[in-house]
Amino acid sequence: MNTFDFDVAHLLSGSLVLASFVLLYQDRVYALLHVFTFHALVLSLSVAWQAFAQGAPHLYITAGVALVFKAILIPVALRRIVVQLRIHQILETVGGIGPTMLAGISLVALSLVVTLRTTPAGDRLSREDLAFALAVILLGMLMIVTRRNAISQVIGFMSLENGLILAAAGAKGMPLVVEISVAFAVLIAFIVIGIFLFRIRERFDTVDILVVDQFRGERR
Amino acid sequence: MSHFPLDPTIWSLVIPAASALFLAFFRDWRLAARINVLVCFLSFCLALSLLAVPREAPGRYLMVDDLNVVFLVLNAFVGFTTSLFSAGYIQHEIEVGRLTPRLLRFYHAMYQFLLFGMTLALLANNIGVLWASVETATLTTVLMVGIYRTPEAIEASWKYMMLSSVAIALALFGTTLTYMAARQTVGEGADAMRWSSLFTHAATLDPPLLNLAFLFVLLGYGTKVGLFPLHAWLPDAHAEGPTPISAVLSGLLLNVALYSVIRFKMLLAGNPNVLSPGPILITMGLATVLFAAFMLYRRRDIKRLFGYSSIEHMGIITFAFGLGNPLANFAGLLHMALHSLTKSGIFFMVGHISQAKGSQKIADIRGLTESHPFLGWGLLAGTLAIIGMPPFGIFLSEFLIVSSGFSSHPWIVLLLLLGLLVAFSGLALRISGMAFGKPSGRQEPIRVMPLPFLIHILAVLTAGIVLPHAVVGWFRQTAQLLR
Repeated sequence: MNTFDFDVAHLLSGSLVLASFVLLYQDRVYALLHVFTFHALVLSLSVAWQAFAQGAPHLYITAGVALVFKAILIPVALRRIVVQLRIHQILETVGGIGPTMLAGISLVALSLVVTLRTTPAGDRLSREDLAFALAVILLGMLMIVTRRNAISQVIGFMSLENGLILAAAGAKGMPLVVEISVAFAVLIAFIVIGIFLFRIRERFDTVDILVVDQFRGERR
Repeated sequence: MSHFPLDPTIWSLVIPAASALFLAFFRDWRLAARINVLVCFLSFCLALSLLAVPREAPGRYLMVDDLNVVFLVLNAFVGFTTSLFSAGYIQHEIEVGRLTPRLLRFYHAMYQFLLFGMTLALLANNIGVLWASVETATLTTVLMVGIYRTPEAIEASWKYMMLSSVAIALALFGTTLTYMAARQTVGEGADAMRWSSLFTHAATLDPPLLNLAFLFVLLGYGTKVGLFPLHAWLPDAHAEGPTPISAVLSGLLLNVALYSVIRFKMLLAGNPNVLSPGPILITMGLATVLFAAFMLYRRRDIKRLFGYSSIEHMGIITFAFGLGNPLANFAGLLHMALHSLTKSGIFFMVGHISQAKGSQKIADIRGLTESHPFLGWGLLAGTLAIIGMPPFGIFLSEFLIVSSGFSSHPWIVLLLLLGLLVAFSGLALRISGMAFGKPSGRQEPIRVMPLPFLIHILAVLTAGIVLPHAVVGWFRQTAQLLR
């Protein structure tokens, strides 16, 4: 592995963490969708770079799936949902922006400490990739926790999943990565179609999860 | 996997997958329900034949060994009896208009697809295939839980979907880490994801990575087991879906998730330099039992009540496997099998009861032994079995778990006993109110499918009185494998 390959991989996966942070503080639906598109684009580039650096052509398929599905189809579908359900309002977050960002920073620190200590020092590329991937995963979880709106939760989950694909692509020679990325695409399609089919808006007149939560089975 | 046409492992996957496709396009729902039963019976025969045929060496993607064959047979059996119950259940749902024939097509296809996913998860000889098939099984249940389209059902399936998606993600991260831990010694490529080669090289896997991997796997699959504090989806999913699905969820899917955790635990047990998973499992199991036991008191919905009871029993089983001595492993396996049989049997009764009363609320159900004697006494018998009264088999397995841990962890086992006692009185309190007293609400008799319940309760009773030697030998052999 030469230094240039490593630097580019580093740059791309670092940008993914950065994009995750940008996702954390978005409070308008369209801005959130745009940032997510950027997130998916960076992932796609990063996986393509791994394909090139590892000489693993099958990873180009994973990169392609990320590009077509997550950077194009899903944002378009979500945009349509937003238009149809008329949810242009400001998205509410549970905590303030400040505490959320602080929590995010500590999560990134945590993932760096954990991964750099546990992984063998030999393989720098997959090691740092793993650290960044774990950071993206934890930030995605943080986003799901701090958002009340169904669409932002889905985006949080997708950013989390981008981190997983990054980890799987970085694990050199791992089989089934392509299949797994396709399986995730199916899962996400399910969720998005679920929003459509269940017509959360129609049933609850909102996509705010807080309202959905009031239909607890036992308060009938 | 050399003799393809005769190999039952392949057929036990092909049959449910093909019939899922077929049933998706099959219009006549009455006939579809019968075909569903027939296919499940075939799958059960195939699973039994796995016991009889000589074991082959683990294949590239599939394998059969002493551990998964226990789960496979149990799965196929409960899948079969539940399909019998489901045939009666859906007829009533069609009559009262809660389900439409079109939805039933979807329902039957999904039922087979779920069985396919679970069978593949158990047979998989590859941690990636395991992960994908658990995901498949979970997704099909998400769809089934939401099938009634009521606001509660949609909320339950949304919650289930979000939580299980995050769990799926964590489990995948754990899977990736396991691969990375194995890569250096096993070599790059599919070998480093294959159970058979992972076990042979267990002692040489990279310890810190394997530790981290186990934590993620435990969080991921543990969510699906319903371990505290990751259980939040479970009561809702049990309460809002069709009752046959609650029976399959409790009886089978939780076991499949537990199977995945146990496999990874075995991997750690083979490596002397990693953390020991036992104490973690004991702690989580104990916390789960105590939490679920106290939660039983304030339940108002009968399916939710038994959902919490499932959480409690999963905690007991996790506790037993955490203890990890041969007797505890034996008892854990036995408890798992008996819990599956008992709990799905109870859900058969609960399904008919909620149909008879037109409600799942505990407050609406009174004096069942008078108004619907079979349902009332059946529910009572099932409850006595699940709270561990002799002569039912669960008494035996709980007794074994407690006695196997008493010498090594006396205080912890006392806490477990406390949890068992609290759960005992919680369930007894709720059920006695429903079974006895002056009948209320609707009292018209309804058509009941008694056979599935009777088979289950008789099996549990037999296990408690005379546990057959064959079963003892079989489970003991498997328990040796577990370590």
